Amino acid sequence: MKKIIEIVDVIDTARVYTELSDAKSGGICVFVGAVREFTNHEEVIALEFETYKSMALKEMEKIADAALEKWSLNKVVMRHAVGEKGVEEPVVVVGASSAHRDACFEACRFLIDTLKETVPIWKKEKFKNKTVWVSAHP
Amino acid sequence: MNVLFFGITKDIVGSSEISFSDDFKPINVAELKKQLISSYPEFLKLNSLAVAVNSEYADDSVPLNGNDEIAIIPPVSGG
Repeated sequence: MKKIIEIVDVIDTARVYTELSDAKSGGICVFVGAVREFTNHEEVIALEFETYKSMALKEMEKIADAALEKWSLNKVVMRHAVGEKGVEEPVVVVGASSAHRDACFEACRFLIDTLKETVPIWKKEKFKNKTVWVSAHP
Repeated sequence: MNVLFFGITKDIVGSSEISFSDDFKPINVAELKKQLISSYPEFLKLNSLAVAVNSEYADDSVPLNGNDEIAIIPPVSGG
């Protein structure tokens, strides 16, 4: 399968190499987003993700298609997690494989940057004494 | 007509779904936003407020029908 688009409860980062590996690909580039312990010097307990799943999958599909059109890629993976995630847990993995490295490096950056702009997924930061929806307010 | 709410907008309205009766049914996206802002002024403080009709982003002029799936999309923050 050329592209894998999923929203899951738990991300297994070990799977992505096999999913992108391909006899025609000399390069595989992967980005993994994880939960960071501090936001503006405040300790984060967990992040909670929710999504409008049917639309999110559609938007991720559009991004993968745009990448496949723009670069010569053999395989693309886009996978996002939902639910509560603790520090160091992976929350998103995107990647691409191509004959040479330039295409997969550029495509990988495009996949994550565009996902963050358009895909209807929301995260709430849980601190010790409060919770905050990220990016909601100026 | 039912409208779905996510993220912070779900907290603001206190529900993940609201029904509009026929008398108050907005005719398009702009009208829906206007009605929501007048009922929930907190919406004005958000960085952005988008609407999806049948799971596609819809601009202000898009008409709304009773059987459309309509969703309110606050600023996204995936990744």
